[in-house]
Amino acid sequence: MNIHEYQAKSVLKKYGVRIQEGVVADTPDKAVEVARELSSQTGTKWFVVKSQIHAGGRGKGKIEGSEQRGVALAKSMEDVRTISKNILGKVLVTHQTGPEGKRVNKVLIAEDVYYPGPTEPKEYYLSILLDRAKNCNVIMASTEGGMDIEEVAEHTPEKIMKEWIDPRVGLQAFQARKVAFALGLEGDAFKEMVKFITALYRAYNESDSSMFEINPVLKTSDNKILAVDAKVNLDDNALFRHPELAEMRDTNEEDPLEVEAGANNLNYVKLDGNVGCMVNGAGLAMATMDIIKLSGGEPANFLDVGGGANATTVEAGFRIILKDPNVKAILINIFGGIVRCDRVAAGVVEAYKAIGEIPVPIIVRLQGTNAEEGARIINESGLKVYSAIEFKEAAVKVSEVLAELGL
Amino acid sequence: MSVLVNKNSKIIVQGFTGSEGSFHAQQMIEYGTNLVGGVTPGKGGIRHLDRPVFNTVDQAVRTTGADVAIIFVPPAFAGDAIMEAADAGVGVIVCITEGIPTKDMMLAKEYLKGKNCRLIGPNCPGVITAEECKVGIMPGFIFKKGTVGIVSKSGTLTYEAVDQLTRAGLGQTTAIGIGGDPIIGTTTKEAVELLMNDPETEAIVMIGEIGGSMEADAARYIQESGNAKPVVGFIAGQTAPKGRRMGHAGAIIGGADDTAEAKMRIMRECGIHVADSPAVIGETMLIALGKK
Repeated sequence: MNIHEYQAKSVLKKYGVRIQEGVVADTPDKAVEVARELSSQTGTKWFVVKSQIHAGGRGKGKIEGSEQRGVALAKSMEDVRTISKNILGKVLVTHQTGPEGKRVNKVLIAEDVYYPGPTEPKEYYLSILLDRAKNCNVIMASTEGGMDIEEVAEHTPEKIMKEWIDPRVGLQAFQARKVAFALGLEGDAFKEMVKFITALYRAYNESDSSMFEINPVLKTSDNKILAVDAKVNLDDNALFRHPELAEMRDTNEEDPLEVEAGANNLNYVKLDGNVGCMVNGAGLAMATMDIIKLSGGEPANFLDVGGGANATTVEAGFRIILKDPNVKAILINIFGGIVRCDRVAAGVVEAYKAIGEIPVPIIVRLQGTNAEEGARIINESGLKVYSAIEFKEAAVKVSEVLAELGL
Repeated sequence: MSVLVNKNSKIIVQGFTGSEGSFHAQQMIEYGTNLVGGVTPGKGGIRHLDRPVFNTVDQAVRTTGADVAIIFVPPAFAGDAIMEAADAGVGVIVCITEGIPTKDMMLAKEYLKGKNCRLIGPNCPGVITAEECKVGIMPGFIFKKGTVGIVSKSGTLTYEAVDQLTRAGLGQTTAIGIGGDPIIGTTTKEAVELLMNDPETEAIVMIGEIGGSMEADAARYIQESGNAKPVVGFIAGQTAPKGRRMGHAGAIIGGADDTAEAKMRIMRECGIHVADSPAVIGETMLIALGKK
């Protein structure tokens, strides 16, 4: 699960990680109010107004129809108000949101941490994630803070250092020192960085996160180390242990159809194609998307109805798929193992009748236990539904249907 | 021969008396699996499905001589169940449970290091040796005894592949569902290696999906070992977008190397017969075996 920057920073702070302080606001008035508060607490005179959406590239991204950037420096209370007004309730388009962008409902008013002082401020990169090949967590660090890490990895891989963490003992002090030295730090900044990394790993581990990306980590002009941005992914499977983190879910950031599917215990991911699909099992669902493409269509979604495909789940699936206006045909692909095809077929017929007229052609492929019986039920239902037994047949039917539709 | 499980294996079920455990235990017994008992803490001493129930895996193993355990306990307790089975000396541990926290799996996998046991899964359909022993949740009737071994990350897609093989007249030795989580006990490569070393297995089907590097690792192993047996491969998720989790926790494209396209290219380079469509897995195996 993704959370917002302001939520991520609150998780970090709880574990003693120093952050760029800030307060979230949802109106320009509130933004000015929290900026005043922040000023009295931290002494900051300038502020950074940061759009809170679940996507990167906010600093370079622009508010739709204007030149306003998603992250901007405010040098006065008036600036705070103007920028917040420009951003709140508007759509921010970044390279990660796609052209449709994302609506900004909240801004984070943060203190200015790039103030002048005895040394030059410098940005670094730190992340913690699971190394799937090694079955343990890895800390990645780079002196190239503020840059897109994929680009650093591509052009200057030698500038990324990795430190793997033994799951039995966790992060050791020498490892934190190793990373801090590799970043070229010394003196107070070095000590601060060791503290920062140690606290950061603890936060990652104890919150059951699956990814932390702190980019940039800033060494301030007075040698403090702090998180200016924070991207945190939580392990969905571990949320039951962290009710306070589970509450951070912002369904505004998710596709409404995906939220609805989740409420019906369906695993749905919306895609851009024209053929919807409904499948039991994640692997077969991906394979079904692939066969739609090979048949000349484009998959409109991923939808795994799970082990117990019945009239209720099929009906919920139909309703969700049909809400996507791009869907011109639907392929149902069920491999009946424990679940019997005749039951699924009856479920399809029942769901179809419950919804009424379904405006797009439907191809139902049922294979496995009682497949023939399932096909018979579909064929005799009198509905505008094509049935298939073999996977290949289903692919041919999809091609035929698309040809008939002139697609 | 076959691998991991056979008609002589003695199986216990962890989470025996729960609804999932009971249902699938019954199905396994009907398939002919030598299921010798089960474990549910606090219910030791009773009988369930005409088999003894124990409080601990240790007691179950000492009393029944079980050498295989299948786990159906809920995600919050599954890591613990895996370690308990390993501690009791169970040789093959099959974990069906879906949704185990990554941290728990990381620790469980670490705990297993140096112990004489093999973990299959979690989040997998299990292992079956055709017409001998089913330790999993797959529909037994689609399997026929034969000479093709199967390794797969997926459940229903495995059934699809097996069904195509059986219809093509190709029976199976053992099918190993390794699971779709980011951390799993047995990798694609390790499972392929087991089948490569099994004298009864003459050909292998390897089914993967987007995310991670396990299929590429297995492909390189197959090439290095001299392509001793024909291997047919398929990767699901050719149309999956980057950065979105496709059902399985591990099925997410992170970089350029874990797309379906990249994996299929590496597999081809390593001499694997790649099926472009999930509908032609059986057919591709017939071609690989020179039967078509």
